[in-house]
Amino acid sequence: MPSAEPPAPPAPLTARRPPRPPARRRGRPAALSPYAFLAPFFTLFAAFGIFPLLYTAYVSLYRAELQTPGELEWRGLGNYTALFTDPFFWTALRNTFTIGVLSTVPQLLMALGLAHLLNYRLRARTFFRTALLLPYATSVAAASLIFAQLFGHDFGLVNRLLDLVGIHPVDWQNGTAASQIAVSSIVVWRWTGYNTLIYLAGMQTIPAELYESAEVDGASRLRQFLHVTLPGLRPTIVFTSIVSTIGATQLFGEPLLFEGSMSGGISHQYQTLGLYMYEQGWGFFHLGRAAAIAWVMFLLIVVLVGANASFSHRRSVRRRTRKEAGR
Amino acid sequence: MSAHVSARRGGRLTYAVLICAVLVSAFPLYWILVAASRSNAELARPVPALLPGPRLLDNLQAVLDEAAIGTALLNSLIVSGAITLGTVLCSTLAGFAFAKLRFRGRGALLGTVVASMMIPPQLGVIPLFMLIVKLHWVNELQAVVLPGLVSAFGVFFMRQFLVQSLPDELIEAARVDGASHARIFWSIVVPIARPAMAVLGLLTFMTAWNDFFWPIVALSSQEPTVQVALRQLGGGYVHDQSVIMAGTLLGTLPVLLVFGLLGRQIVGGIMQGAVKG
Repeated sequence: MPSAEPPAPPAPLTARRPPRPPARRRGRPAALSPYAFLAPFFTLFAAFGIFPLLYTAYVSLYRAELQTPGELEWRGLGNYTALFTDPFFWTALRNTFTIGVLSTVPQLLMALGLAHLLNYRLRARTFFRTALLLPYATSVAAASLIFAQLFGHDFGLVNRLLDLVGIHPVDWQNGTAASQIAVSSIVVWRWTGYNTLIYLAGMQTIPAELYESAEVDGASRLRQFLHVTLPGLRPTIVFTSIVSTIGATQLFGEPLLFEGSMSGGISHQYQTLGLYMYEQGWGFFHLGRAAAIAWVMFLLIVVLVGANASFSHRRSVRRRTRKEAGR
Repeated sequence: MSAHVSARRGGRLTYAVLICAVLVSAFPLYWILVAASRSNAELARPVPALLPGPRLLDNLQAVLDEAAIGTALLNSLIVSGAITLGTVLCSTLAGFAFAKLRFRGRGALLGTVVASMMIPPQLGVIPLFMLIVKLHWVNELQAVVLPGLVSAFGVFFMRQFLVQSLPDELIEAARVDGASHARIFWSIVVPIARPAMAVLGLLTFMTAWNDFFWPIVALSSQEPTVQVALRQLGGGYVHDQSVIMAGTLLGTLPVLLVFGLLGRQIVGGIMQGAVKG
């Protein structure tokens, strides 16, 4: 946003009521015109946003095949029970979890550190901010192809670098842990800069006086970070962990393009739920089963986000009571 | 974005760490250029080439021969352009109504929009696919454009901007002068909203250009967007790494150009904090 000062954080939804429009003269057309402004968005929203969302639950209870998309055959919970007896579902669920942790945790920790550094008074700060955001501008497809090459077994740059320091080449495609680390690194690379900027924006809303008084009290930089920056950043940290959790649960392009197959490696060693859903729906043509996977993913997100929210809520409550007790 | 400039100056270590981070961020992109301008054999040497070479045009030619990259680039441009224009327009219209007009059901409708931002889009993909099959839109670009116009985030973003930046008095005055709502929209709202529309447009364009999941579901290999074409390159039709990277270069360059020109605005837009991946 050029020149203008940055808009404040989202105002409460009921912020300011617009004044009542003058009732005179304007009859029906004016009363209807707000809906005319909303019509283009809501028409599309109903057709391509809300309807599919609800219909997924319906489809997940039917046998729906890609070749005959018009014919639905009642299956009840059959799609779900079929899932739970498929070992590859459990593999995908486990992989989604481990890859999620491997990608989300380092990404957010590194972003926090980088944002802290960017918050110093620096030369060329615009350059640093923009350069760190470059990976975000790169598509999943491009990033995954580049990393697949960098992690190649024989000629990949990563293995050659490891060779320089005397480490044997790692089989980044076929090893379970190795391939999951490689896939996670694509996510970490693409999203660290984005989260850095979100954290930086959060840090800049922390009043400078807090740091000044901490300095007067003789607090070291580390203590300032722990006791001023982190508490001030709490809502931002919750926001980024929720967004990253949702992203990690849906991970799809990275494992698909890392090697190019829908199975996520020979022994499905890095097949995520997102990829498993694609394989079931568009590889094996079972749209009903894919819809069931979509619902499992959604429930997983609800559980994880709920856990995240209650965890951070409890921590903040505990912190508050501790503070009051110490007083 | 300089609401609070830290008084503390960064030391040498700060710069060292940041420069390392920039190098890690930029290296894979630099590597596209190196690999796309070399032959496979040069990349496979014991000491691989680390500088760009002379074969860029040959490799680009090879991509154009092997994959539908030309069509794909054009399709991506059409799709992303249409999505950007449509999203910005729909979002500004709805954002204005939510920010400044009073009508029955406003709270509930806005609540629905905001709530839908929390729901992952993959949840709706299967019925969406069945819908476009029914409409005979598979492989048609509108199958990608129309669902792309639904941006709850865009509506929310424009609403937040207009609540703050559009004075009620201005609308009031125009009303007294007898201006219709449509007139008020074009002559008052749009000029004031222009900076926010620009940022929303940039972010929408980047997201649309880079979108992967929905286009590979909805479009075939005959009528791909550039991301779908990249998948075909990586998916085993081509084994020449240099050619794959030449295609990747073509798919990445347009967004990088936009980024080079308007990076500052994009950074500003993201630092407003509400943007979601």
